[in-house]
Amino acid sequence: MSIEHLTIAVLLTFLVATAIGIIVLRDLLAAVILTGLYSLVAAGAFIVMDAVDVAFTEAAVGSGISTILFLGALSFTQHEQKPRGRDSWLALLFVVITGGLLIFGTLDMPRYGSATSPAQTHPELAKRFIEQSADEVGPPNVVTSVLASYRGYDTLGETVVVFTAGIAVMGLLGLKRRRPEDETPEHAPGDLPHEPGHDTDRLT
Amino acid sequence: MDVIGLYNYWIVIVLMMAGLYILIARYNLIKKMIGLSVFQTSIFYLYITIGKVEGGTAPILVDDPHVVYSNPLPHVLILTAIVVGVATTAVALALTVRIYEAYGTIEEDEIRAANAEEQDI
Repeated sequence: MSIEHLTIAVLLTFLVATAIGIIVLRDLLAAVILTGLYSLVAAGAFIVMDAVDVAFTEAAVGSGISTILFLGALSFTQHEQKPRGRDSWLALLFVVITGGLLIFGTLDMPRYGSATSPAQTHPELAKRFIEQSADEVGPPNVVTSVLASYRGYDTLGETVVVFTAGIAVMGLLGLKRRRPEDETPEHAPGDLPHEPGHDTDRLT
Repeated sequence: MDVIGLYNYWIVIVLMMAGLYILIARYNLIKKMIGLSVFQTSIFYLYITIGKVEGGTAPILVDDPHVVYSNPLPHVLILTAIVVGVATTAVALALTVRIYEAYGTIEEDEIRAANAEEQDI
């Protein structure tokens, strides 16, 4: 077992511990912070597995922006998940069975780091990107070449998705606040608004 | 059985199932989103695991013909997935805030009860 395997094993164990913490915690603020930690540990593991571009995107976007979004949403809603009498045994059973089947499915997967797996040896994909992207596209970073050139339409589609999401969020939250009847805030963030059911028509 | 070779996959599955469990068993909408994001990150991990080559290095070209590079394709796919994931999270959280303004709660069962009450009237 090399030091690399050991590092990954330790980081993965951290990840599992964090995930269990997220399940158990009822304080949503703490759970959100743990989610940020989870993303950051995953980013560390990505670096060990040579995915440097993914690691810094995950650290900046997954751990940074997404945590900020969650905190923003929490500032408008409740911090506490209401306790339920018991945990759902049915859900646990379902999850254990699904996980068991998936683990059974991994038994004939290519082993970690295998250089002969189909993903590594396909002549038109990874091999071609690594051998020819310097001549065909230019940048020394192969990930940049693939992102901007070979899979440029993917990136265009991604931009469209982000744009659409931005419009959707503005439609849901941003524009509403500028309506004249909302000049005085109905309730401070974190307070309960009107009685449930009375202003549901505002959703339509 | 090769435990070291499969350990990554197993942990990915454990994390995936942790996220799925939160999605199914928790009623709080924000907690559900946290579960979804745990699930998502575990999928990222699965892809990066597939791209790793033993003894390889990051796919940034250097002037040495003997260097082995890891597979850049999963990295690209996951870069896209991370950004799209955050975009969907933002929309879902905005919806959650609107639901809270309309119902005064973000617990799924209470929202359902409020809806049923409204239909009875």
